[in-house]
Amino acid sequence: MNRKMVFHICGQMLLLEAVLLVLPLAVALIYREKCALSILATIAIAVVLGLLIMLVSKPKDTVIYSREGFVITALTWIFLSAIGALPFVISGEIPSYVDAFFETVSGFTTTGASILTDIEGMSKGLLFWRSFTHWVGGMGILVLVMAVMPMTTDRSIHIMRAEMPGPVVGKLVPRVRQTAKILYIIYIALTLLEIIMLLFGGMNLFEASVHAFGTAGTGGFGIKSDSIAGYNPYIQWVMTAFMLIFATNFNLYYLLLIRRFKAVFSSEELWVYLAIVFTSIGIIAINISPLYGSVEETFRHAAFQVMTIVSTSGFATTDFNLWPQLSRSLLFILMLIGGCAGSTGGGLKVSRVVMLFKSARRELKKMLHPRSVSTVRLEGKPVDDKTISGVGVYFAFFVAIQLAVFLLISFEPFDFETKLTSVVACFNNVGPGLGAVGPAGNYAGYTAFSKILLSVSMLFGRLEIYPIIFVLSPSVWLKKR
Amino acid sequence: MEIIIAGCGKIGSSVLANLAQEGHDITAVDKKPEVITEITNVYDVMGVCGNAADCDTLIEAGVSTCGLFVAMTDSDELNMLSCFLAKKMGAKNTIARIRSPEYNDSSLGFMRQHLELSMALNPDLRTAVELYNILKFPSALRIETFSRRNLEMIEFRLGEDSDLVGKNLVEIRRKYDAKFLICCVQRGEEVFIPGGFFTLQSGDKIGLTASQSEMQKLLKMLNSLRKQAKNIIILGGSKIAYYLAKMLESSGTTVKIIEQDEERCVELTSILPSATIIHGNGADQELLMEEGLSDCDAFVSLTGIDEENILLSIFANMQNVPKTIVKINRDELVTMAQKIGIDSIVSPKEITSNILVQYARALENSTGSAVETLYKIFDGNVEALEFRAEESSLTGTMLRDISLKPNILIGGIMRGRRTIIPTGTDMILPGDRVIVISAKNRLNDLLDILK
Repeated sequence: MNRKMVFHICGQMLLLEAVLLVLPLAVALIYREKCALSILATIAIAVVLGLLIMLVSKPKDTVIYSREGFVITALTWIFLSAIGALPFVISGEIPSYVDAFFETVSGFTTTGASILTDIEGMSKGLLFWRSFTHWVGGMGILVLVMAVMPMTTDRSIHIMRAEMPGPVVGKLVPRVRQTAKILYIIYIALTLLEIIMLLFGGMNLFEASVHAFGTAGTGGFGIKSDSIAGYNPYIQWVMTAFMLIFATNFNLYYLLLIRRFKAVFSSEELWVYLAIVFTSIGIIAINISPLYGSVEETFRHAAFQVMTIVSTSGFATTDFNLWPQLSRSLLFILMLIGGCAGSTGGGLKVSRVVMLFKSARRELKKMLHPRSVSTVRLEGKPVDDKTISGVGVYFAFFVAIQLAVFLLISFEPFDFETKLTSVVACFNNVGPGLGAVGPAGNYAGYTAFSKILLSVSMLFGRLEIYPIIFVLSPSVWLKKR
Repeated sequence: MEIIIAGCGKIGSSVLANLAQEGHDITAVDKKPEVITEITNVYDVMGVCGNAADCDTLIEAGVSTCGLFVAMTDSDELNMLSCFLAKKMGAKNTIARIRSPEYNDSSLGFMRQHLELSMALNPDLRTAVELYNILKFPSALRIETFSRRNLEMIEFRLGEDSDLVGKNLVEIRRKYDAKFLICCVQRGEEVFIPGGFFTLQSGDKIGLTASQSEMQKLLKMLNSLRKQAKNIIILGGSKIAYYLAKMLESSGTTVKIIEQDEERCVELTSILPSATIIHGNGADQELLMEEGLSDCDAFVSLTGIDEENILLSIFANMQNVPKTIVKINRDELVTMAQKIGIDSIVSPKEITSNILVQYARALENSTGSAVETLYKIFDGNVEALEFRAEESSLTGTMLRDISLKPNILIGGIMRGRRTIIPTGTDMILPGDRVIVISAKNRLNDLLDILK
């Protein structure tokens, strides 16, 4: 493996993190908060460490293969989280490093699971950083680098593929760099639009940007312990709409921009996704109607909660822990499905679910008619068998890893429901689960061991399993290419 | 520029690699998904899987905004059809690979005009032309001709007994009374654009420019002039062999073609009446000896298998055949073949890529002095380019007063019928054709050579 190149890029990423930290630093300075010093210290550490790594590892050749792509991605995310946790620790606002690490991983992976019990007591600079990690992690930090820096290698598609969610990652335009740029431009434009819309709802600029970051990355960190419940219905509706938008495949927005409307409207994944969303909203609205007064309120809560779970954001306007069992079960299933491929949402992804069902149907048909030949089609195109079996294998890992983590945290003193939904909510980057980790609760009660385990499973979920497996397996490191 | 390449087989993918290196935005179209996967893994290009003559596929590839559409699939008809559609759907320029002899006759012009093709490209014919040039002038490993035939660039390797070894370029110029210029030298893996005090060593591969008549004179002085090959054995009855034999026939050369497939043999006898067609396995050494391998002037190995070509040319060298030429398609084998002393190599892939690179560069630069001819030589490390000079700051100044970028040399000037091998006191005038030799630079315009 080209280790030098791997570490070289990781070093570059640390420098980039230092640049990203300038934004929360500015916020802290504007509000004249003490945490500015801790952010400044972290910037210094990131720069020194980044330069050191880059100095030690000057790559001779810059060729990378898919193996390097996976490892670069995994290491970058681990390094970034490890350094990104420092401001919380140095400032003393989250004294335990494990807690801070959990919080930062939860930020970068756009999970939104928190260990904070007193959010209102945090300084604004750090709250901004917490939400900003959502925004950066949502579209992917390596993709950001590809957009702004000329990558030294032709094969950066391997990195993009490792970081972007979805079973197949296609380019919008011939160049990786151009593709990354387009994605980020769409991302930034949509985020700005949301900030403006939220400003109209009476939020100040700080609140509006923090919540827009949380929605854009489908993260879910708020700045109130009751999340969004205290804001007015207009703001809740705006955020519902934007969660729907950000959990949709970004390629579709590009197709809209280049006026290929037909391609957008014939997108199978989009229709399945919308069908899932609206059916769930309907069922839940009927199910919870006795709890709320007006029809608008019922629908608002149903729509918001469905969107927050499907997009794997994890905001809340009401404690859905108190809802009837049917609604809670439905939300649990939605956690596993997640958003569309190529969006900022987590979960299994709608396109994988569609492919799984279609290939299951094909297998059933094969049992009845052993000699029949049929192909699975998605978006009107035949899907090759490699992709299908890839999705099957992915699903197996998806289930196995969640079960393994569930087993490992079984010693915790919580009930069955809490533990199961903790794992699922972390792995699928949702954030709040049910029971003690519901919208009104948090993850503070877990032991340090479980917190690290859950952090790792968040990374598993965000990077879609393989990068983390590879970085943990010795054979990747030992063997020379 | 946005370029679509339809059909990514051997030649298509080589063209794609070269154009991607030039910095173009490329979309590859192929009907095999595994080909697309492989290509998008290795190159920074977009892939679209589908039939190149299907409108939906073409729309997905972005045909309406593309500057150049290149159809390189196996089938001539598919290439023509997809180019025609692409043109109608908005592609600015289209190039189709058309290699069947039936289409490459007088009807080609009519077809080109009505299909609105910018170029009909026949790699087999171009390869045959290159082979023909080498056979006419066997002293050279390769020979590059420019738009006026009277200036040529030849490549050859210096043997231990060569008179040039151990001398520097100034001495060589003083000693020989011929007008020529040593433009580039390859020593091992390294390539030099030599200055006056560069000393040549044995084993160097050199490229030099001279006018045709001076070249003969020079080679005579160097005792390395070899007679034109008159008795040639060609192995493999491919399309290239057909085109080559056709050209050789008309120049009064005896041609023997050895082909394995009986049906193809019969076909060849009907279209090449004066050539001798042998039905047999070319890998059979007995057969080669029987057909007079040791007495022939040149042996050209054109089978579809690179390894077989290389091995048989080694065998031919052992039989003291004066000239052997090998067709090799895979780049990695070219370097290996050179290591074991096989120097005369032609590669249809490379020839085609050169043409397309030149075409794309000329398209990008439609106003100034565009590239008219481009050759990538010395394993692609050096480019020999022909420009037509327009009125500019460059023209009318003595060459010694012009500061060129490093690794650039003016290898020749063609003015009307005269060929000038330039010295410091010569100058470029508007209307001249200028040959520029360049390493490590990408030249789009003649003015790009200036600092």
